Amino acid sequence: MVQITTAADDGRVGRFTSPIRRLINVLFSVALTFLGLTCVTFFIGRVIPIDPVLAIVGDKASIETYNRVRIEIGLDQPIPVQYWRYLVKVLHGDFGNSVITSQPVLRDLLHVFPATLELSMLALIIGVALGIPLGVIAATHRGRWQDQAIRFGSLLGYSMPVFWLGLIGLLVFYAELGWVEGPGRLDVSFDDIVPSITGLLTVDSLIAGDNEVFWNSVSHLVLPGSILGYLSLAYVARMTRSFMLAQLKQEYILATLAKGLSPLRVVWVHALGNVWVQLVTVIALTFGNLLEGAVLTETVFAWPGLGLYMKNSLFNADLNAVLGGTMMVGVVYIGLNMLSDLIYPLVDPRAREPR
Amino acid sequence: MSDTVTWRGWLLDPAPASRGQARLGRWYRSWRAFRRNGLAMTGLIVVLALVLMAVAAPLIADPTAATLQVLTSRLQPASSAHWFGTDELGRDIFARIVFGARTTLTIVALVSIIVVPAGLAIGLPAGYFGGWVDVVLMRITDIFLSFPRLVLALAFAAALGPGIENAVIAISLTTWPPYARLARAETLTRRHAEFIEAAELQGASHLRIIVTQIVPLCLPSVIIRLTLDMAGIILTAAGLGFLGLGAQPPAPEWGAMVSSGRQVLLDQWWVSTIPGIAIFVTSVGFNLLGDGLRDVADSRSA
Repeated sequence: MVQITTAADDGRVGRFTSPIRRLINVLFSVALTFLGLTCVTFFIGRVIPIDPVLAIVGDKASIETYNRVRIEIGLDQPIPVQYWRYLVKVLHGDFGNSVITSQPVLRDLLHVFPATLELSMLALIIGVALGIPLGVIAATHRGRWQDQAIRFGSLLGYSMPVFWLGLIGLLVFYAELGWVEGPGRLDVSFDDIVPSITGLLTVDSLIAGDNEVFWNSVSHLVLPGSILGYLSLAYVARMTRSFMLAQLKQEYILATLAKGLSPLRVVWVHALGNVWVQLVTVIALTFGNLLEGAVLTETVFAWPGLGLYMKNSLFNADLNAVLGGTMMVGVVYIGLNMLSDLIYPLVDPRAREPR
Repeated sequence: MSDTVTWRGWLLDPAPASRGQARLGRWYRSWRAFRRNGLAMTGLIVVLALVLMAVAAPLIADPTAATLQVLTSRLQPASSAHWFGTDELGRDIFARIVFGARTTLTIVALVSIIVVPAGLAIGLPAGYFGGWVDVVLMRITDIFLSFPRLVLALAFAAALGPGIENAVIAISLTTWPPYARLARAETLTRRHAEFIEAAELQGASHLRIIVTQIVPLCLPSVIIRLTLDMAGIILTAAGLGFLGLGAQPPAPEWGAMVSSGRQVLLDQWWVSTIPGIAIFVTSVGFNLLGDGLRDVADSRSA
């Protein structure tokens, strides 16, 4: 499902690149990718859909009104000019107004984003904190039952339809066992008690010192968080395992063992230390996947974040909001890729020193 | 000679007499390696069962039952008449699962026949010609590779309108880039092989060399990659279906079936649960099969 692309794939690592040159390269490719993204959203928004003029004036408007609006929104211009105008607007953070909320889309997006962030952060923490050790254990016990169990467990994880697992989770832990709270971020009675500072309810309630709200929000968060965490864990563990296997084959492992270092130290410090570089990319990708997977999870858990916002906009033909959301996820995605490209030489000295 | 020679002996002959024998022998050895892997065999059986179920759907379940609404027998639990119970419109869930396999496999097959040629068409020239062709084509690939897949598929499905065809287009648009990279990498490793240069010296055109020499060498890794991707494609398709952007009612589609059971989840759990299990088992099957194929390919190259 996910492609790992690191600088190493292209053989870029071997060549010497100065940090500044590298930064310029990364920024250039980010800019290009961003342009590509805007091309696609522009294409989706302006070229494909049913007449955007009709969407504004309605089908009862006179031909004069129709033509006036058509010129007003610039549809009489050639496509490149329209694209340029669109690009300028996007760069100013103007995604148009949402039809449903009649607010600027960017404002809506910033309003719902913290909910998604809170959920994905929990999932990411679970995924990394458990996935990496499990992956290491699987690699060091290759072929034995530990390896089989971890591999099978993670295979189930990345074969799982997340929306279905969410429903089953709700059925078992909320409806039957009553261990956790149901859909939403808070019980209705707790709404708007705590002032919103960061937008992360767990953090806000702690700042306000309201224990009741804090535990209620944790109880709502834990089920969707663990389900997404399991999916991230599956992916992180699988990638860690294969990276570690490649490391353990290397001769330096044998050398350090022969030198008399304890096997535990060799595995967890020396081998894992070299794997971190690749794991940075994996973690960035996992986070990106969590953001886009949000559309499904948030629908199941009625979690008022970015995904639910996009889904609702979708069904109300609110194209501005859908494209704004796409753009936002895309930008975060590109940003994560850039970040992992930039962190790469920091964690891997081989990527910055000349050979 | 002829009496003692068995099929197996002929296949495993270390000195094959013909190209056909060598090729069959290689397949047979891979198959023997594959067969030893229990999980991979499970995957193969699941996938074969699914294909069989889709092909023979009308023989397994009553075609009319999949869409026939019997409002008097809504939401019934499993019984001898309805093995998996009935849904909120009184339709037989078993029949819908069986016919849903057709929907799923159609999407998978359509995506495959779009994505593989598209990936090859971008990746092969990039690796073969190198230079600015490579730079331009791989830039485009990288751009598409760094898009969020499900969200983009969602935006496309939203703009094009819901439906199977549009779901296929949306998924394909976000699935091809890894194939282009793979094809390029495979081409690069063979670009300067002697048999390619020999063909060049014989005056074969670039197109001919690519089609007859390079494509066959790329196909195995592309097919393995495709098998590994199948589960992801199925999950994305089911996700779009769940959101109401895939196959439209009353056509049976597993993701949409999970979604329609949400309203009655607490009392009639089977309506949502059973199609979910179908999606899950299918995707596990493809993942196991893909892992097994990859292991066989790895051990051969090692």
